[in-house]
Amino acid sequence: MSWEAVIGLEIHVQLATQSKIFSGAATTYGAEPNAQACAVDLGLPGVLPVLNETAVEMAVKFGLAIGAEINLHSIFDRKNYFYPDLPKGYQISQFATPIVGQGEIKLDLADGSQRVIGITRAHLEEDAGKSVHDLFPGQTGIDLNRTGTPLLEVVSEPDLRSASEAAEYFRQMHSLVKYLGICDGNLAEGSMRCDANVSVRPHGQEAFGERTEIKNINSFRFVERAIELEIERQIDVLEAGGTIHRETRLFDADADETRSMRSKELSEDYRYFPDPDLLPLHISSAFVQAVRDSLPELPDARCQRYQEAMGLSAYDAASLSNDLDRAEFFEAVVSVCNNPKLSANWLNGELSAYLNNADLEIAASPVTAGQLGQLIQRIDDETLSSKTAKELFKALWTQADTESNVDALIEQLGLKQMNDDGELSAIVSGVLEANPDQVAELKSGKDKVLGFLVGQVMKATGGKANPKQVNELIRKSL
Amino acid sequence: MPGIATLRAMSSALKNRVISSTELTQEHLATIAEDKTNSFITVAKDSALEQAKRAEQMREQGSSHPLTGVPLAHKDIFCTKGITTTCGSRMLENFVAPYDAHVVALLNQAGMVTLGKTNMDEFAMGSSNESSHFGPVSNPWNMDKVPGGSSGGSAAAVAAGLVACATGTDTGGSIRQPAALCGITGLKPTYGRISRYGMIAFASSLDQAGPMTCDAEDAALMLSAMAGFDSKDSTSAQRQDAWLADFAEHGIPDLERPLKIGLPQEYYADLSNGSIIEAVQKTLAQQGHELVDVSLPHTQAAIPVYYVIAGAEASTNLSRYDGVRFGHRCENPQSLEDLYKRSRSEGFGDEVKRRILTGTYTLSVGYFDAYYIKAQQIRRLISEDFNNVFANVDVLLTPTSPTPAFSQGQLSDDPIAMYQQDLYTVPTSLAGLPALSMPCGFVDGLPVGAQLIAPAFREDVLLGLAAQYQKHSDWHLQRPNGFRVSKEWAA
Repeated sequence: MSWEAVIGLEIHVQLATQSKIFSGAATTYGAEPNAQACAVDLGLPGVLPVLNETAVEMAVKFGLAIGAEINLHSIFDRKNYFYPDLPKGYQISQFATPIVGQGEIKLDLADGSQRVIGITRAHLEEDAGKSVHDLFPGQTGIDLNRTGTPLLEVVSEPDLRSASEAAEYFRQMHSLVKYLGICDGNLAEGSMRCDANVSVRPHGQEAFGERTEIKNINSFRFVERAIELEIERQIDVLEAGGTIHRETRLFDADADETRSMRSKELSEDYRYFPDPDLLPLHISSAFVQAVRDSLPELPDARCQRYQEAMGLSAYDAASLSNDLDRAEFFEAVVSVCNNPKLSANWLNGELSAYLNNADLEIAASPVTAGQLGQLIQRIDDETLSSKTAKELFKALWTQADTESNVDALIEQLGLKQMNDDGELSAIVSGVLEANPDQVAELKSGKDKVLGFLVGQVMKATGGKANPKQVNELIRKSL
Repeated sequence: MPGIATLRAMSSALKNRVISSTELTQEHLATIAEDKTNSFITVAKDSALEQAKRAEQMREQGSSHPLTGVPLAHKDIFCTKGITTTCGSRMLENFVAPYDAHVVALLNQAGMVTLGKTNMDEFAMGSSNESSHFGPVSNPWNMDKVPGGSSGGSAAAVAAGLVACATGTDTGGSIRQPAALCGITGLKPTYGRISRYGMIAFASSLDQAGPMTCDAEDAALMLSAMAGFDSKDSTSAQRQDAWLADFAEHGIPDLERPLKIGLPQEYYADLSNGSIIEAVQKTLAQQGHELVDVSLPHTQAAIPVYYVIAGAEASTNLSRYDGVRFGHRCENPQSLEDLYKRSRSEGFGDEVKRRILTGTYTLSVGYFDAYYIKAQQIRRLISEDFNNVFANVDVLLTPTSPTPAFSQGQLSDDPIAMYQQDLYTVPTSLAGLPALSMPCGFVDGLPVGAQLIAPAFREDVLLGLAAQYQKHSDWHLQRPNGFRVSKEWAA
């Protein structure tokens, strides 16, 4: 039998506010345990939550970006459960009335096709703290720094059909929230985490199979792998005549498997009800309009602009626009050299290769956009050959000095292309004299030999000669 | 006035340098040391004397706030930086908050002196002060009787002359009922008038702080100092009521015109001491007010609605007491569940457990709609009842509680009967309206209170009418035998 997977993701996006969603404590990552938990975060008696307006603005921003309906009236509820890293014994969340309603995301797949993935809703909530199990033998440490960090939980429809599609959706969501400036996108620090609901059904069957939920996956690779493994496991169970049970599972990357955490039949009753400490949230259409006006250019629009106004190929445009840092780097390079195509080639070629090798993000590139722009300018005006340009790039990369001046470095390294006819003519004449056989062949119409002769000249000039001029000089001298 | 030590009397004695705030504070501390009512859980002698010194400096530096240097007591539900805040519970027996409640901070800024923290029903759940972990409070009018609750310690302390005023909180009648049972004036302001920040939550949509004083004039003075928007409380109201400062500065002015006073018939149906409230009606009629019968048809539903909503909110408000970060923690927990179970079982008393259980039940899947949602719907109807009558009348007059103070232990085994104590106070709480209880007579030597209810944010009407009534009566000047505090500086 052939099987089809049905997948929905719940993505927790940590909003990049300065302070927490209901208190004034800072949200900075990596502070001493419990150094960033104030009385409100600790849930001390008598303290009260006050909503962070920036978090609301960010949620609205997200909603508008996915074309969702913004609920002008939404309600914060208490989700009640006991856990040591949940200080109040309840999490403030939005249950029945979320701030962002239905929307959608267009997914560009590897085969060039596009799929529309429905988004059921997105709601604001506070994060819990962290339980640290491996620091004190026989005891659990509680770090409440993360408590109260604003989260936007984005719930997708069960529209995804494969692990790679789910990973692509996660990637695209990551790119979108970074574009919007509502999340720093730092997966290693847990800025985006996702829960995956996975089920399988025979191809052609309408009804969904029983699903399981894999909790807390925090990387693109893990999302894909965890779902892949879970799909395989479910198919194995079903083909062996077994049944899938509704449960929560955990992905263990080291063991490369998903494991059962707890059965959903025993799932808790969260006793949701409106938090009486927070009045219903009313936002005005003017507020929504102001947020709409402040929306940045989104990936789709940018990709289109790169093709239409800059003449890039669809592939180049997509690869440069889907990541905000990359797109901004690209545009900074173009603003210096005014050559989009060559800029795209350098970003997707040399720069990408160096970054990959060094495992660096583009924002941390040792070569600045300004330097790369200047470098491309010097290719354009034929100061550099493609070979010397690569040498220069290597030098810039190694120096890793943002102050380093490209022209000075070209001088210093003697990379300037030899454009002077007099000097170059002499070298060309020398090479032609030394290779009479090849000259004869060339004269008889064997154009292939031209390459050999140009190569000899390049060799003699240490690669500094302008190959175009060398070409012309050889032809002239015949 | 025959030596009743009101806030105003103290204020003018301090202003005229008849007495210093240190002397006044020492005098109060000495009286409290002799107290037999168990009104106080904590007496903060050292910090009180420090505050008194600071108040003297403030006066020297020209502070003209009438409350500077005047001592008071806080219900032990308000967090006080550096002074234990127990909320009447074993759970918080040793809890010292690292912050002041907003109300406490405001009164400190005014230069008031905190003598200590008053006894109360555990987590403000009760109508007799008998659920306190720190023992019951006696009613100064009869030591075998309860003072009412949950602000029983504050009410008894004012009645016994231990202090001229105390803060209280009212969720379903916790200021008004003990004020009535102890013969003092108690004001529950409009929900949102006074910040709840730092006031330990019982039922967040109902809790409201207010003053408990000798009379309406003092209540106005206190209200003005306690009220105001607080950005730390999302339910705090943004109001610009100029009368608040006017009343405090110049005293409560005469009413501008006679009022139309509504008598909700549902509140008079089962009244055993009808003659007393009838006498109040007569006094008010003599002042030219018009009294008319009105109806609040959903009154009977108020008690069950209140116990569903208050219980639901309390059940989750009290989840934070889990033994993990603060409060009572059981000895040698064997597991996380054991830690939760024993810490909470040992830390909470029976009434608190009862309400957590009922509240958890009404919020559970399958019961939520039938109880919580239904209760919210009826709450709205009760609110509309009030809106409807206030289209025609200025204020309502009702009894404050069904009976005068009852005996200690009389109702402790019958929670439902105890809940009936709140019959006349709960509807206003559900509607978020301001209400005031004032002394209006005695039955068998026990005080009886009359309740005035006004539209939202119209405490001025309550205070104006109560002040007028108190000019034409002397019930509020009565003091229990053995507690008469006659001070030469207050003469």
